[in-house]
Amino acid sequence: MNELSASSRITYRAVMVRPGVARRIRGLSDKTLAWLFITPTILLLLAINIFPLLWTIYLSFTNYRANRANVPTIWLGADWYRSILTDPDIWAAMQVTAHFVIWTVLIETVLGFGLAYLIDKKFRGHGMWTTIILLPMMLSPAVVGNFWTFLYQPQIGLFNYVVAFFTGRAASSFQMLGDVTLSPWAIVIVDAWMWTPYVMLICLAGLRSIPDYIYEAAEVDRATKWRQFWSITLPMALPFIMLAVLFRGIENFKMFDMVNLLTGGGPGSTTEVASITLKRAAFESWRTGYSSAFAIILFVTVFGLANIYVKALNRVKSR
Amino acid sequence: MTSATTAHSVVEPSATTRRFAGSLVILYAIITMIPLVWIMLTAFKSPDDAISYPPKVMFKPSLEGFCNLFTTRSRQTPEFIRSLGPPQGMCDEIARSRNMVVAGPSNYVPRFINSLIIAFGSTVLAVALGTLSAYGFSRFRVPLKDDLLFFILSTRMMPPIAVAIPIYLMYRTVGLSDTRLGMILLYTSVNVSLAVWLLKGFIDEIPREYEEAAMIDGYTRFQAFVKVVLPQATTGIAATAIFCLIFAWNEYAFAVLLTSGNAQTAPPFIPIIIGEGGQDWPAVAAGTTLFLVPIVVFTVLLRKHLLRGITFGAVRK
Repeated sequence: MNELSASSRITYRAVMVRPGVARRIRGLSDKTLAWLFITPTILLLLAINIFPLLWTIYLSFTNYRANRANVPTIWLGADWYRSILTDPDIWAAMQVTAHFVIWTVLIETVLGFGLAYLIDKKFRGHGMWTTIILLPMMLSPAVVGNFWTFLYQPQIGLFNYVVAFFTGRAASSFQMLGDVTLSPWAIVIVDAWMWTPYVMLICLAGLRSIPDYIYEAAEVDRATKWRQFWSITLPMALPFIMLAVLFRGIENFKMFDMVNLLTGGGPGSTTEVASITLKRAAFESWRTGYSSAFAIILFVTVFGLANIYVKALNRVKSR
Repeated sequence: MTSATTAHSVVEPSATTRRFAGSLVILYAIITMIPLVWIMLTAFKSPDDAISYPPKVMFKPSLEGFCNLFTTRSRQTPEFIRSLGPPQGMCDEIARSRNMVVAGPSNYVPRFINSLIIAFGSTVLAVALGTLSAYGFSRFRVPLKDDLLFFILSTRMMPPIAVAIPIYLMYRTVGLSDTRLGMILLYTSVNVSLAVWLLKGFIDEIPREYEEAAMIDGYTRFQAFVKVVLPQATTGIAATAIFCLIFAWNEYAFAVLLTSGNAQTAPPFIPIIIGEGGQDWPAVAAGTTLFLVPIVVFTVLLRKHLLRGITFGAVRK
């Protein structure tokens, strides 16, 4: 809307003709200009994303180690891929990742949709409260992970204190980050705290896209509120919910920063999500070839998800 | 957040419903704010208050956290401290009360400056490249347009650690490791995909007729772009820039893996602020607070465009 109101203010200024420049630019066809405009971006992405990606693919077939660059590189074929796909540690990491992704997405969707539904009732001051709710998702995940370690401190942490206050247990009787059963939930809680607003915002857009006249027609037909919710609200907001789920799914599948600071994958490897396994292999054991192969496997997985996302996105857009 | 609503009595929620919905949302907002408020309070606590049990809500404010954030200190004998002259400034005084003297400035300010330079540098580059490409994609017939756009988006889908391995090797070869330029280029490449997608959406909304009219009046295509389209797209460009800025400001994975000192930004630095015997929580909280304040301001500024930004322009209200 801003765009439209601004457009009415367009004024044409006299064309300041600098003959040389003007002639040169006028000489450019639209086609040339299009390429001039697009190529720099493509070149940058080729240099900083695609070239490294191809290099990773090459490395994933070799025994290269970044900390021993002088050792002659041997071609190993698909050995790393075979060993990764049969490695129980990798599957354990995938299970940890799946637990994290499924639970965070589930909690965030339920809470986010619920909040959006309530905000859509347009109570007084809903704009301000919405902005406040949105704050956590704008913060640096690393800094968030770091300060939650403080809240999770067994003796002095606020989280433990509040849980102890409501349950009557001693605040030092449980460790959110040091306990093998609690730590997978500790990372889920922080992620849900941070990203529920994200799902809420997208769902809110979905709810607001439903035209009033549909509800009016339902009222005329004497449909109950309950029926309206299941037959109008939910189906019409569904593409938006799906979009949010896919976004969160992809992002949390790649999750690194918040978990790295919160638990570093520990205790043991109970919160070792795929990205942390990858970082340990690549930058701690320096198994460059092996980690490259794992990186490619993760990338192919994310790329598959991305494809689904674009299809869903197009469906949302075509509405 | 406001949308044009046509009020009809049948679909308007009742006052009771509104009050009920409002109180639930406000309850959630308050609960969700507690961790943030707690960190900001901790920044103003003395180390003893910060780790007291039960956690203290009421306390005597202290600037020790900020002092510890900005300085490094060394422990000295009381005799040595007495032999020194009067303390220089508040921080020195606080340090001396703990049998320490200020040894020099900490690394927080250089890290913060790195964050600023890298965030602004990469934002300017990403938005400049993004605006050009977005205009190109929006207005011209580009072969394989959809494939190129998807390619640009897909670069953003890669897990950062997977990209970091070859970038690490590449930067080591060309001498860009731990340099600001290296980080600026890297963040630009990540942000440019967002910039292209968002700006294409904004530019698509500017009617082509404006440029066409300008071109009939004698503008060249390039002049029409500069003098008609760019001024129209200002809001979109500003919103996109803030999104890029926030990403670069918050980024951690690349920063922690590819920088160690010279070009290190604040996010990998804040968690490693330690005092004697473990993390110095008031100092960490002070560093966190200073780091988060710009983001809070930007979020308030951006609230109308947030939805577009977080969905790569897929949802536009």
